[in-house]
Amino acid sequence: MLYNEPHPLETKVLTRRFGLENSASIDTYLATDGYRAFEKAAGMKPEQIIDEMKISNLRGRGGAGFPAGMKWSFVPRTSPKPKYIVVNADESEPGTCKDRLLMENDPHQLIEGTLIAGLAVDAHAGYIYIRGEYRYLIEIVDKAIAEAYARGYLGKNIRGTGFDFDLYTHTGAGAYECGEESALLESLEGKRGIPRIRPPFPAVSGAFQCPTILNNVETYCAVPAIIRDGGAAFAALGIPKAGGTKLTCLTGHVNRPGVYELKLGFPVKTMIEEVGGGILGGKKLKAFIPGGSSCPVLTAAEVEGLTMDYDAMAKAKTMLGSGGVVIMHEDTCMVKAALRIMRFYAHESCGWCIPCREGTTWIRKLLQRFHDGMGQRSDIALIGDLAKNMLGKTFCPLGDAAALPTISIVEKFYHEFEDHLNGKPCPHEEAGRLVTA
Amino acid sequence: MTFSAELENRFAKLLNSYPPGRQRSAVIPMLLYAQDEVGSVTPELIEEVARRTGVTPLQVDEVVGYYSMLHKKPLGKYHVQICTNISCLLRGGMELWEHACKKVGVGHKEVTADGQISLEEVECIGACSWAPAIQVNYDFHHQVTPEKLDRLLDGLRKIH
Repeated sequence: MLYNEPHPLETKVLTRRFGLENSASIDTYLATDGYRAFEKAAGMKPEQIIDEMKISNLRGRGGAGFPAGMKWSFVPRTSPKPKYIVVNADESEPGTCKDRLLMENDPHQLIEGTLIAGLAVDAHAGYIYIRGEYRYLIEIVDKAIAEAYARGYLGKNIRGTGFDFDLYTHTGAGAYECGEESALLESLEGKRGIPRIRPPFPAVSGAFQCPTILNNVETYCAVPAIIRDGGAAFAALGIPKAGGTKLTCLTGHVNRPGVYELKLGFPVKTMIEEVGGGILGGKKLKAFIPGGSSCPVLTAAEVEGLTMDYDAMAKAKTMLGSGGVVIMHEDTCMVKAALRIMRFYAHESCGWCIPCREGTTWIRKLLQRFHDGMGQRSDIALIGDLAKNMLGKTFCPLGDAAALPTISIVEKFYHEFEDHLNGKPCPHEEAGRLVTA
Repeated sequence: MTFSAELENRFAKLLNSYPPGRQRSAVIPMLLYAQDEVGSVTPELIEEVARRTGVTPLQVDEVVGYYSMLHKKPLGKYHVQICTNISCLLRGGMELWEHACKKVGVGHKEVTADGQISLEEVECIGACSWAPAIQVNYDFHHQVTPEKLDRLLDGLRKIH
């Protein structure tokens, strides 16, 4: 089982079963309050379930941070169409590796979350869309689903409640874009992952053009705790307007990389210094990405006094995102970092919207030229201009995801671009390259 | 085309997983699982998946180019995928990639002459806190050093 040493500053709610013997089995799950929340929810009215979700202040954990209870309330329960529950397990935002642990260590928690969502909106089928690279997790989740059927927690008349629910895994086949909700739905229907025009949003017209709840794995995994212990208890773990805990992936130049469950509002400094054990090699922090490579990058000075929550990050003009924290120390070449990030978005752009398709490729070429020492001063502004030209001009957020980190790196680390001018080799590569393994 | 009993079972399960009339949903999973058995997405496989899901071969073909895990040319028996995205890059992913190319003697998406090993520089595989990470077929290997990679590659060469 993949998980790192827990840290005493963690608050273990979603990860509380990690490390237990056979933590993925239904017996372990049932012995540790498993499926109790479903039984409780089955005795509640759907609107009571949604109310608890609203009280919990749970915000979507995939990156956008939209209040989950509100999202659920948009589903027209009385629609004559079937309704669906879809789980976004297409985890592919660079820096993010948390849903993997939730599915590997505690798949029944996810299943129970989907069941409760089904009760809330009168859905009777669900799909867990898992990225193709996570084949071993599909096997783990399939096994858990089979156990749940065998023990009467999935299928017809679940535990005598009269509620029917079927759950399936669905494999992706390698496409970052399919982590975007409308592209995911296209992919689930057997098509290229091209984003849909919204509105209508998935709550009204989602999977198979039917009303659909679509949330991230971690969002569903929080649901059993919310129903079991009450929305207020979950909300109290976090801060006003952002309840509960967030699985945070510490990656990059940090001594103890790993996935840690921290209360919303956790101080960034404490997270790096204590939970992460400080910066690798005792070096100084240069740049910080709070939640995956599509977030604007922060400098060491901007991180001072900052906390890990949606509103604090928005105030610092970045995003909490998916919880994929990337820590870069003083020897990192920011031109190279920008280049690698843009290479990714250029590779993953689906090509549907021209500003993104052309913009990502041209910026990648410019950054490559710059890093190779062939850049011109006018290119620095050009990179920023091209990036700004993508902002808000695409159907899905991929264009923004490519533009935002680029704009922030050009603005905040302008001098590093100047350092590469006039055929000068990368100063950081000379000093022992970007890497400190 | 004929497939193994295991794959036929999976196909049957997949075709039953979606609402009536929505069998197109099974196209991508069927292609990926079949590719694991056949070795690549062949024109015959495209025809077969189209027939079984009730869509046109063109509707199957158009997704093959979109999804990076689907490929029309066979890869090596062991497909070694090395992540160089940001979190792996910061922990030596690029050096690992360069080391692998030198050691195996092939480049990006190339296969050794004996068909045993292929290499691919891949985007984030979701192992960022255990970087640098690689996948050999579907198996993850975490915190890989050049030495660890050497041992792994030597082991793969011995297996065949």
